Amino acid sequence: MNAVPRRRMVPAYLATGGRSRPGTEGFERLTVLFADRTDRAEPPAELEPEHRRLWELLRPGALTVVEAAAHLRLPVSATVFLAADLVEAGRLHARAPIPRAQQTDRSIVERLLVGLRALR
Amino acid sequence: MDSVRSGSPVDRPGRVGYLPDRDQLLMKLVVAGPFGVGKTTLIRTLSEIATLHTEEAMTETGRPVDDLAGLPEKSTTTVAVDFGRLTLPGNTVLYMFGTPGQRRFFPLWQDIARGALGALVLADTRRLADSFEIMDMVEEQGLPYAVAVNRFPDSPDHPSEVLRAHLDLHPTTPLLLCDARERDSSLDALIALAEHVLDTLPAASTDAEERP
Repeated sequence: MNAVPRRRMVPAYLATGGRSRPGTEGFERLTVLFADRTDRAEPPAELEPEHRRLWELLRPGALTVVEAAAHLRLPVSATVFLAADLVEAGRLHARAPIPRAQQTDRSIVERLLVGLRALR
Repeated sequence: MDSVRSGSPVDRPGRVGYLPDRDQLLMKLVVAGPFGVGKTTLIRTLSEIATLHTEEAMTETGRPVDDLAGLPEKSTTTVAVDFGRLTLPGNTVLYMFGTPGQRRFFPLWQDIARGALGALVLADTRRLADSFEIMDMVEEQGLPYAVAVNRFPDSPDHPSEVLRAHLDLHPTTPLLLCDARERDSSLDALIALAEHVLDTLPAASTDAEERP
């Protein structure tokens, strides 16, 4: 490879400058991020450092956006940008906190209540 | 041999508490209250992972008090938002977010509270009024809540009707005493909140998915 590693003057996660970025709408603090279990390869060379850090963090297992942000010491919004880039590139998967859309509010709170009582 | 890490490594990768399963149902409660009331203590008591925090940048609009031009000054503050995680039986994971209780953080509060099932408002009997601001914010957000009086060794004891009157609580809003350092006591506070949240939801009826 003869390409010189490029480093943006402004990191990718700041380059958006607060503008809305297509593809981030569905993300929230509890969006679950995970990599393919079969994805044992070295990080793709094209990944920039911040993207690579997120990808490496998630290689062993799944985390929510907010947990990834805390471990990487990045703002939640920045983590969302990075995650959206990686999902777009097919390097990560994201799923909503509540997997099945047909869950009702009531059934969710019932699960919470039953679960809490079981710990008591 | 381990691959050479590039860039700045994740802090202590071995300490990252990964989600055991990808298909869990994740839900959120907020623990709200004034500074020093025990939000982080309660979260730490219940959390299965070491409590984490994110740094949230907040643009505050200052008061144009001494400004002749009358232009509000803007300053950016960083607020640390603590959170923890508790896996419940039934493939369910509860996230608890501690949220700052000051009005000036309202946009941040709204952002964190979005999608939360409810709020546990903590209060301290030595300074009940410090919880008023956050109670207003919770109500404006339309989030069901319970108030837990966190007991400190030198907290005066008041009958609950006195506390309810001081806090101007709606008759259906649960009020309980708790010790945020104790697991069962903290769990009881969340159970009372969850029961109240359930009461605020319309009874199961026409939802086809609702189990019989």
